[in-house]
Amino acid sequence: MNSKSLVSITDYSKDKILKILDAAADFEANPNRDLLKGKVVATLFFEPSTRTRLSFETAINRLGGRVIGFSDAANTSTSKGETLHDTIRMVSNYVDLIVMRHPLDGAARYASEVGSVPIINAGDGSNQHPTQTLLDLYSIKKTQGRLENLNIYMVGDLKYGRTVHSLLMAMSHFKPNFTFIAPDELKMPEQYKVFCDKNGIPYKEQRELVGIENADILYMTRVQRERFQDLLEYERVKNVYKLKNAMLDGTKDNLRVLHPLPRVNEIDVDVDSNPKAYYFDQARNGVFVRQAVICDSLGLI
Amino acid sequence: MSEQKKELVVVALENGTVIDHIPSDKLFKVVSILGLDKSEKQITIGNNLTSKKSGVKGIIKISDKYFKADEIDKIALVAPNAVLNIIKDYKVVEKQTIGLPEEIHDIIKCVNPKCITNNQPVPTRFEVVDKKNIVVKCHYCESMIGQNEIEIK
Ligand SMILES: [Zn+2]
Repeated sequence: MNSKSLVSITDYSKDKILKILDAAADFEANPNRDLLKGKVVATLFFEPSTRTRLSFETAINRLGGRVIGFSDAANTSTSKGETLHDTIRMVSNYVDLIVMRHPLDGAARYASEVGSVPIINAGDGSNQHPTQTLLDLYSIKKTQGRLENLNIYMVGDLKYGRTVHSLLMAMSHFKPNFTFIAPDELKMPEQYKVFCDKNGIPYKEQRELVGIENADILYMTRVQRERFQDLLEYERVKNVYKLKNAMLDGTKDNLRVLHPLPRVNEIDVDVDSNPKAYYFDQARNGVFVRQAVICDSLGLI
Repeated sequence: MSEQKKELVVVALENGTVIDHIPSDKLFKVVSILGLDKSEKQITIGNNLTSKKSGVKGIIKISDKYFKADEIDKIALVAPNAVLNIIKDYKVVEKQTIGLPEEIHDIIKCVNPKCITNNQPVPTRFEVVDKKNIVVKCHYCESMIGQNEIEIK
């Protein structure tokens, strides 16, 4: 495997995470640098994700690199039955780095084994999306001034939400104190609680979105209708886990509300103007983090 | 049991392998994993035999057959406590306990229908994360699979 690839957040050590966050801060201060001059990067989106693709392509362009690729596999050789193996082998001949998103779980790990250039995973099915996690960490560090000893409240779909699982794993380096707020149907899976227990990370679980006075970070996720067998239960849960501006009264000044976006209705628009709402700035941070990851993969920082 | 009666149960093997201490409910699984139902070697199978270790057990004796490492790996997944007796000239020349390897290549099927290994020509690869309870993790999609869910390809 190509050791410069980033497939899963667990590929990065604590030191590596900190190095990336520092580099991202440098890019935020000075985003336009010609580090990728003369380099070509492929963005292979086997399933569409406009938000993520634009973030990566902005990062590449700000670094002075060139981009080739596709935003949807529908009109490519993949739709004619070409295997991922063959596409990656071919594109490896043309570029210095591949950024890929794929609907199948494990596609990025496999690509990193068959390609001859580094692979950055921009989402493989419901498995991993490590640059999302890094931008979450960057947002936390930037707003709190530190990563250690924070009270992190995770809200909504904690069962299927890959972003909360990756964030939990990544935060485990920094002595967090977790509160998991979810309906019974969408509780944090056992394996992650076992992981917390093994690593001495305290957590509590609750079903209602109340008692958030001690929170430093409120990490909201989408609660999706299709996760529920009982639609009445969905209607109830949907409203219970909706954050409204009034609910932020009495919370800490440093509290910030994060959300991986896009939101549906789990954060009321009346929260948007509250200075504690951070989800739009969070998305902006993605470009700097991706600049850092790209340069690291190519050994440029 | 007298020595004579014992001999009736345990047919002597000149050369080959005796797989002992197979859980009785896994015996026929082991037979099919090893493809012994299609083998033309002389095979003796015993099941629900009394065992000092584990109540009842199964035993398979195959003449003129020695197993390769990747075949043994397959047995380890369903009968991790089985013992292989290598027989040469009527004598046990070697006893091999079966241990799970650190990694299992292209033997198990991933349970996740959306896994790359179930959709494209990619050999499966699993990391053994818990040898005692037999839990494996797909190297690609990262799904955890417990002993009861393991399906041999
Ligand atoms: Zn898999």
